[in-house]
Amino acid sequence: MSVWDGFKDAALGRSLVERIAERLDALGATERQPVRLMEVCGGHTHSIFRYGLATVLPPALEFLHGPGCPVCVLPMGRIDDCVAIAEDPRVIFTTFGDAMRVPGSRKSLMQAKADGADIRMVYSPLDALALARRNPDREVVFFGLGFETTMPSTALTVLRAEAEGIANFSLFSQHVTIIPTLKAVLDTPGLTVDGFIGPGHVSMVIGLRPYRFIAETYRKPFVVAGFEPVDVLQSVWMLLGRIAEGRPVIENQYGRVVPEDGNQRARAAMDAVFEERERCEWRGLGSIDRSGVRIRDRYARFDAERRFSVGGAVVADPQACQCGEVLTGTLKPWQCRLFGNGCSPETPVGALMVSSEGACAAWYQYGGARRGAA
Amino acid sequence: MCLGIPGRITAITDPGAMLATVDVSGIRRTVDVQCVAEPGRPLDDLIGRWALVHVGFAMALVDEEEARATLALLETLGEAEAERDAMRLTADLDRGEAA
Ligand code: SF4
Repeated sequence: MSVWDGFKDAALGRSLVERIAERLDALGATERQPVRLMEVCGGHTHSIFRYGLATVLPPALEFLHGPGCPVCVLPMGRIDDCVAIAEDPRVIFTTFGDAMRVPGSRKSLMQAKADGADIRMVYSPLDALALARRNPDREVVFFGLGFETTMPSTALTVLRAEAEGIANFSLFSQHVTIIPTLKAVLDTPGLTVDGFIGPGHVSMVIGLRPYRFIAETYRKPFVVAGFEPVDVLQSVWMLLGRIAEGRPVIENQYGRVVPEDGNQRARAAMDAVFEERERCEWRGLGSIDRSGVRIRDRYARFDAERRFSVGGAVVADPQACQCGEVLTGTLKPWQCRLFGNGCSPETPVGALMVSSEGACAAWYQYGGARRGAA
Repeated sequence: MCLGIPGRITAITDPGAMLATVDVSGIRRTVDVQCVAEPGRPLDDLIGRWALVHVGFAMALVDEEEARATLALLETLGEAEAERDAMRLTADLDRGEAA
């Protein structure tokens, strides 16, 4: 089976690959000195692997898999807090299924459920609210995680709980924000990124303006991209053009979904409910200033952290795990000493193995044919 | 969870609460449509439109061609099935809401 079989428009894909190769040549990029582009979002990582884009593109182009998979950056300490809340017999703990298998220092939510905690997977925070209405004698807690893509949904759910006067619903916020995360990547010593494939759905909410500093201060081009393989290829081609021109700008390849200004209503709800935390822990990356949000005082009664006074302890990542180096692109997943050697999608040690959008899981699943995997 | 899934808005179930029924490849689900409501226009105008749905919230209106292309992509990535599974899992809660 050829890589092109998966393409809706193989001819367009092929021609983009040719034009990308021309631009790489013109830039003088080589396998030893490649142009390095970071895809920020795990959705792009998954698409790049699934469609084998790295195998059809010249080795003079290197993809760095960024930290934009919220499941993959869940720190152990926060999972421990979730488990502690879930083990309270008054509590029905609700979560997206994606978070169930992320290891904590004692156990994952999946193990806690097996041990008898009332943990339920839901599709939406609205399901958690429905559970709260139906179980007025229980405390229903929703585990809110994700970037600005899912943040409006939990904010709007808190506003709905308030409007309806639902007293037994609360939110445990592990939401993180994209801009401080990108700053942390850009400030990582020794990390060179020539341009960014920007997240599609985060941008649908926040718009393009917040990214301007990347072009203005850091002089890097940034293209918000769709998730089709041709979207990714087109974005790569656009980025190479801006690099050649020495003209870093913020561009939108995904205009069919992403408006310049984002979604006003979603932004207003996030602003109403959440405020910055001074610091926030990330798996593999340590603490990043102002990268997370917590619930504002006005909505304190919906804040599970205050209602259950959890430990909030910072727990170090397992010694042998090299998730941090993989997250910042210093190591390829298969270069981690645990990769396939104690850490696999069935028994993840690091969270990058848990979600199909994590670089390690994607590499594990599709990596056989990948260049460099040998 | 992050990629969302396109669905077609088939009915407005509760205009006051801005809730609608969305058909996501055959599965019906109550979805919050306040982020895609067009100010000054009746919610009924949304009926028949396609929206990108993230964890129960319509976050962007898209045209049909885009919706179908995105669905095909999500099928390939295995994400469409995961979304449908999550919706099926909570169908009883959702019906409770709609009733
Ligand atoms: S292989 Fe496992 S431990 Fe190593 S970086 Fe990947 S997720 Fe982390």
